[in-house]
Amino acid sequence: MAESTALKKKSAGYRIRIEPRLDVPPAWYPLLVSVGALVLALFLGGILIMFAGGDPLKSYQHIARASFGNIGVLSDTIVKATPILLAALACSVAFRMKLWNIGAEGQFIMGAWGASAIVLAPVLDKDSPRWLFLTVMALAGMGAGALWGFIPGFLKAKLNVNEIISTLMLNYIAVAWINFWIFGVWSEGGFQMSPKFPLNAWLPRLADYAKSVPAFRGLTTHAGLLIGVFAALILWLIVYRSRWGYEIRLIGDNANAARYAGINITGNIIYVMMLSGALAGLGGMSEVSGMVHRLQTAPIAAGYGFTGIIVAWLAKLNPLAIILVSVLFGALILAGREIQPSGVPKMIQGIILVCLIASDFLLRYRVRIARAEED
Amino acid sequence: MDLIIILQAGVATGTVLLFATIGEIFAERSGVLNLGVEGMMLIGAMTAFSVTIKTGNPWLGVFMAMLAAGLLSQAHAFITITLHADQVVSGLALTFLGAGISLVLGEGLSKAGTVSLLPNFSIPLLSQIPFIGPILFTKQSILVYFGYLLTPLAWYYINHTRPGLNLRSVGEYPAAADSLGINVFRLRYFYVFLGGLLVGLAGATISLAVSPGWFSELTTAGQGWIAVGLVIFAQWDPLRAMLGSYAFGALRRLILDIQGPTVLFGFDNPFYYNPYWGFFLQMLPYAFTVIVLVIGSREAMRKRLGAPAALGEPYIRGERGK
Repeated sequence: MAESTALKKKSAGYRIRIEPRLDVPPAWYPLLVSVGALVLALFLGGILIMFAGGDPLKSYQHIARASFGNIGVLSDTIVKATPILLAALACSVAFRMKLWNIGAEGQFIMGAWGASAIVLAPVLDKDSPRWLFLTVMALAGMGAGALWGFIPGFLKAKLNVNEIISTLMLNYIAVAWINFWIFGVWSEGGFQMSPKFPLNAWLPRLADYAKSVPAFRGLTTHAGLLIGVFAALILWLIVYRSRWGYEIRLIGDNANAARYAGINITGNIIYVMMLSGALAGLGGMSEVSGMVHRLQTAPIAAGYGFTGIIVAWLAKLNPLAIILVSVLFGALILAGREIQPSGVPKMIQGIILVCLIASDFLLRYRVRIARAEED
Repeated sequence: MDLIIILQAGVATGTVLLFATIGEIFAERSGVLNLGVEGMMLIGAMTAFSVTIKTGNPWLGVFMAMLAAGLLSQAHAFITITLHADQVVSGLALTFLGAGISLVLGEGLSKAGTVSLLPNFSIPLLSQIPFIGPILFTKQSILVYFGYLLTPLAWYYINHTRPGLNLRSVGEYPAAADSLGINVFRLRYFYVFLGGLLVGLAGATISLAVSPGWFSELTTAGQGWIAVGLVIFAQWDPLRAMLGSYAFGALRRLILDIQGPTVLFGFDNPFYYNPYWGFFLQMLPYAFTVIVLVIGSREAMRKRLGAPAALGEPYIRGERGK
């Protein structure tokens, strides 16, 4: 039996044995491990916060209160979770094929740009009906995102170019690209933002219905959430219930087996990168049309694409689990804005990801403490 | 726009990429892909600046920067070598972690003032050589000169020494190396650590020599990722890494200089009159990285060489080798 000797330790007649897990662990076990990793990450994060001169307990209490404390902040949490949700879905489908699309950030930004172009170029007249505006903006956002996914996909499939680095580089290019439009072409009176979109290019918000449902007053949760949840359901069906999804999963699990089975790997690399880019681009459209209402660098290039990577991983690439995890991370980011020092949310995200990856070990191996004589 | 100034500055800024690329070459040659370069570089830059401000001693800053990045690299080593986790995801996590920690611990550092920098000096005689002298040997930071020494040493070490042979064997065919009594795990830990030290040095080079200060994530602005791309362009060879690094350094300087003059090649300079066209110039280093990757990947396919065969694969004793 394969056995890692690197971790074998001897102490007082007992030894820790690491064995590959041959049986399938019960269903609750992966969840327990993930939650355990999360708790450990918060603990380690707390130590670092103390090291930086903060109070970890207060910081965490603050995060909980400022994100789930009442209906108003809960709505804000969901607004933050929406772009993360779509970005994480984008990452999950690519990761499922072991295609490391780190470019959801850039695809998200290009999606926001594509949707904005419909309003600002302008492609549609500013008095166009809302349904037309939103449909065309969504398509443009998905198209721009898909294009931004196509480039690294094509380079990977045809020229064997490492997609991790190419997608990352395209992130930086996307930021420079929207800056060109924001600072130059669409600048509103020299400010670093575009003019505000007309109301019929806004995704509907809960607050819009405050007249009929008074409880909705002031709630900024917008229809992007519905788009995201709908996209998650569709993606779940694609990945787990369709032939294409089966191909994607097979390539991800064993590329050689997929090749022998006659699955078109080069084609799938390009298609999956485009699907991934389109999902992230849709996220950009939802953010620009539902929340920011104008093209502006800071709120669009805010790192949702990177958070999406962590969320997708934490959710074990399952689209439905991603919905829940996105809300948790929306809370972390929302509340984190007011925490000092300001890098805390980012650091905690990093620690969570490190702990998660390390904890995967417990899913693949079994740790046994045995008496030394047994060997 | 003066060619000599651009190349001189290119060598200076390129030194950052050079250290990081050579560091990553060591790690990858041992079979461990470490995508955490950007994060380790940030930790290095922050630590170097912070320690130097507190103690006034830039050498201590450099030392602590290397140590900090080296320690961070050991998290990746533990997760991938001992726990056999996926190297891509772990490296990404390391970048998040490094960026996050450096933002938290570097809070307020951007307003901390100026530091005593590492010395700049010219080399007598060598600086008199026409063209080469002013570019390579005039008023450069001591770290730049260290880069001149490190590159051939690293090349010689990897290709022509016994430990270098061991390093390559661990990255190409760990099972065979193991059967010859080479400790695969220990060597991989060591070279990931060495890589971390060099990436930390790259970070210190930014904050103590090239563009002094701490500007949160803008300090590195993706240079760690460019270094990861350069490793592929360099085909895991330190000498080619030097060429690529200096070319990228020169490009950065060219982008700055091209926006200065009112007249460019006899035409009104569009980058001067409409500064927002400069965003296209800002894209260049990243676009070139993609181009350089294409070149490196094609070459690897044509020559049928390139990445160490076991790159990205955890070594698990007793499992069938690949």
